[in-house]
Amino acid sequence: MRTSPSLLSLTIDSALLNLSNIADLSPLPDHIVLDLFLLPARTRYFLSSRHSTFESQLPLSFLPDVLRNSEIVLISETCTSLDYRVAISCFSEALYFGIELLFVFGKMSLAIRDDEIDIIIGAIRSDLTSFMNEWRPMFSRFHLIIVKDPDLKEELKIPEGFNLDVYEKSDIDRVVGSSTSVLFSGYACRYFGYLVSRKKYIISVDDDCLPARDPKGFVVDAVAQHITNLTTPATPFFFNTLYDPFTEGADFVRGYPFSLRSGVKCALSCGLWLNMADHDAPTQALKARQRNSRYVDAVMTVPAGSLVPISGINIAFDREVVGPALVPALKLAGEGKFRWETMEDIWSGLCVKVVCDHLGLGVKTGLPYVWRTDRGDPIASLKKEWEGVKLMEEVVPFFQSVRLPREATTVEDCVVEVAKAAKERLGSTDPVFARAAKAMLDWVNLWKSVGSISSSPAV
Amino acid sequence: MAEPATATEAAAPAVALLKDELDIVIPTIRNLDFLEMWRPFFQPYHLIIVQDGDPTKTIKVPEGFDYELYNRNDINRILGPKASCISFKDSACRCFGYMVSKKKYIYTIDDDCFVAKDPSGKAINALEQHIKNLLSPSTPFFFNTLYDPFREGADFVRGYPFSLREGVSTAVSHGLWLNIPDYDAPTQLVKPLERNTRYVDAVMTIPKGTLFPMCGMNLAFDRQLIGPAMYFGLMGDGQPIGRYDDMWAGWCIKVICDHLGLGVKTGLPYIYHSKASNPFVNLRKEYKGIYWQEEIIPFFQQAVLPKDCTSVQKCYIELAKQVKEKLSKVDPYFDKLADAMVTWIEAWDELNPTGAAVPNGKAK
Repeated sequence: MRTSPSLLSLTIDSALLNLSNIADLSPLPDHIVLDLFLLPARTRYFLSSRHSTFESQLPLSFLPDVLRNSEIVLISETCTSLDYRVAISCFSEALYFGIELLFVFGKMSLAIRDDEIDIIIGAIRSDLTSFMNEWRPMFSRFHLIIVKDPDLKEELKIPEGFNLDVYEKSDIDRVVGSSTSVLFSGYACRYFGYLVSRKKYIISVDDDCLPARDPKGFVVDAVAQHITNLTTPATPFFFNTLYDPFTEGADFVRGYPFSLRSGVKCALSCGLWLNMADHDAPTQALKARQRNSRYVDAVMTVPAGSLVPISGINIAFDREVVGPALVPALKLAGEGKFRWETMEDIWSGLCVKVVCDHLGLGVKTGLPYVWRTDRGDPIASLKKEWEGVKLMEEVVPFFQSVRLPREATTVEDCVVEVAKAAKERLGSTDPVFARAAKAMLDWVNLWKSVGSISSSPAV
Repeated sequence: MAEPATATEAAAPAVALLKDELDIVIPTIRNLDFLEMWRPFFQPYHLIIVQDGDPTKTIKVPEGFDYELYNRNDINRILGPKASCISFKDSACRCFGYMVSKKKYIYTIDDDCFVAKDPSGKAINALEQHIKNLLSPSTPFFFNTLYDPFREGADFVRGYPFSLREGVSTAVSHGLWLNIPDYDAPTQLVKPLERNTRYVDAVMTIPKGTLFPMCGMNLAFDRQLIGPAMYFGLMGDGQPIGRYDDMWAGWCIKVICDHLGLGVKTGLPYIYHSKASNPFVNLRKEYKGIYWQEEIIPFFQQAVLPKDCTSVQKCYIELAKQVKEKLSKVDPYFDKLADAMVTWIEAWDELNPTGAAVPNGKAK
């Protein structure tokens, strides 16, 4: 494809490699400066490490590690802004390392197949009719796993027309043994679904949530948004003030280092809630009439090193990458059937964040919203149980202080390390923590034996 | 398609918050016509205008504003030899305004920024939102998924420890821009037509330990808490770099705020940024910065300030020392910059004697 080089093109090639040594660009004509930074029509190509069927003119080993492991997409002659942005960032990196890259033209699709997704619902209530019917437009394309809370006595009522598998107490006992099945009672029943799923992406919402509407009145497709979040890079190492730079109409702002613009894999996507926000019981009791009506139109990456309370009400994750880190571990002594009476998801989310930070994976928060219906009485929950609120005073400092050793390179290893640290540092504070630590170890063992897709090693 | 509000659409608030405690600092080289549009929101406040470029040119200030104006001659006169730390031919000169102000709070805005409209069509009083941001606590130690818990209609989420709900003092409020986004030159060249039309209705605290690119176009801060660290560096005429003034200040203030337990917020309010600068001109100013920031960012990410740095000035001097030690090898410019940072603190302390060694918060 190469035409014979002209003197101008040879000059530009050489200038590229020595760009940082040129003291002053001002004598250059504008179109030359443009050429130095865009190179749109030149026969050069990027290599994608994700698509091994791609034909290369240079062996992959030729590229430095940082480029080899990054999620580079191919650029085409009709470049989308995403491709160009990645191109610019990789291009700058290449210059930095003094490597000349070749571009190629040909667009690769990043479409996710429907059969890569499982929607997993923990059924805390027996009548799922209206829930399923409201979500039908979003859910019916996908395979669903419904796990019935083992403590629930009534028969599940599920409408027709879905491709689903239902698991009940007897199934849980059969698969994991009745002594371990206690891990999966209450809200934690959904984790059984995570265990037996064979799909790459999992989306979970509480059974008292319905699709939300955006400010324009359109119904929010939470599934599609979660998938978008999981399949575009996260940017945990530097905060972008325009939030997710991979969203349409946004980008990295001035001052964002180019070497950080390719981002890292997003392992977890945390959505939000309109109407009943996920407040704890004291807050909701105090502000009985407060409802969340603010639709914040943003997705953002939670920065590395920063912990966050991840609500289980509306989440999605890459099971292949981070599955074992979502742990059904922290069971309050008085855990109940309202979210105000649980903290299992918060513990699980802190564990996932610590593991992701250690392994260089990303966690996003923000869109999509779901509509969370009014249910339960916060004052009743508060009177019954506010153990969870008190425990956070220990839990958060604990996770903030956890340091995972360099040798922990797989998600399972990381979870085991967190469990060990929890037993050492929190075990004597409250028996609930010793139980949580044990539950984490049991979970990892279960994952190894039952979760037959082995987790991929850390990226 | 985002549009600015017109002068008649902007309605003055019933009460101008903090009107005797806040100065508005505006750098300008051309004219101040944009103030007409801001009149309902800005008129109650005192303005400090820093005139860059040719000091013989007269900058016309619209009638009815209470202001002080400084040109290069004034800067030289007031600072003497220390004036060398104030940039020339770059909006970085605005930090002179921070230094001479006598107020607790500063709001700074560029002269090509207009009043924006929120999604309901209402004109946004950016100054009022900044003040709300500064007067309510920040929460840098644990991320709240519902963003600023102190906003109307929001709160802390389940799992947020009660012991962290008091928050810390907010030192900086970083606002955003509709219409022309703050992109660097390469991005501008690739996407010359992109406009920011997304109104994200959130304010949030930037977590401790996380750096961010601070833009000086729409920025407010508590001068008493963090003022001495808001030095916008050596840019423009005679310097190898431009358009990194606010970035540099942003990295410095974030490290110091993290050290002293102060908060930095970003998000609302939006202003309407009307003028896209020439990307080729920007490229020439920025391109060294694009390479240098690969060294600068890790430097700031790893910077540790000793426990005995209990005031902003002490933190800043220490940072200057570390810049000289660790960044001079990247380019001799950083040597000069480190010296200028020290000169800046000396000048600040000279012009602000009573506030010289006020300890701000607890050093970590």
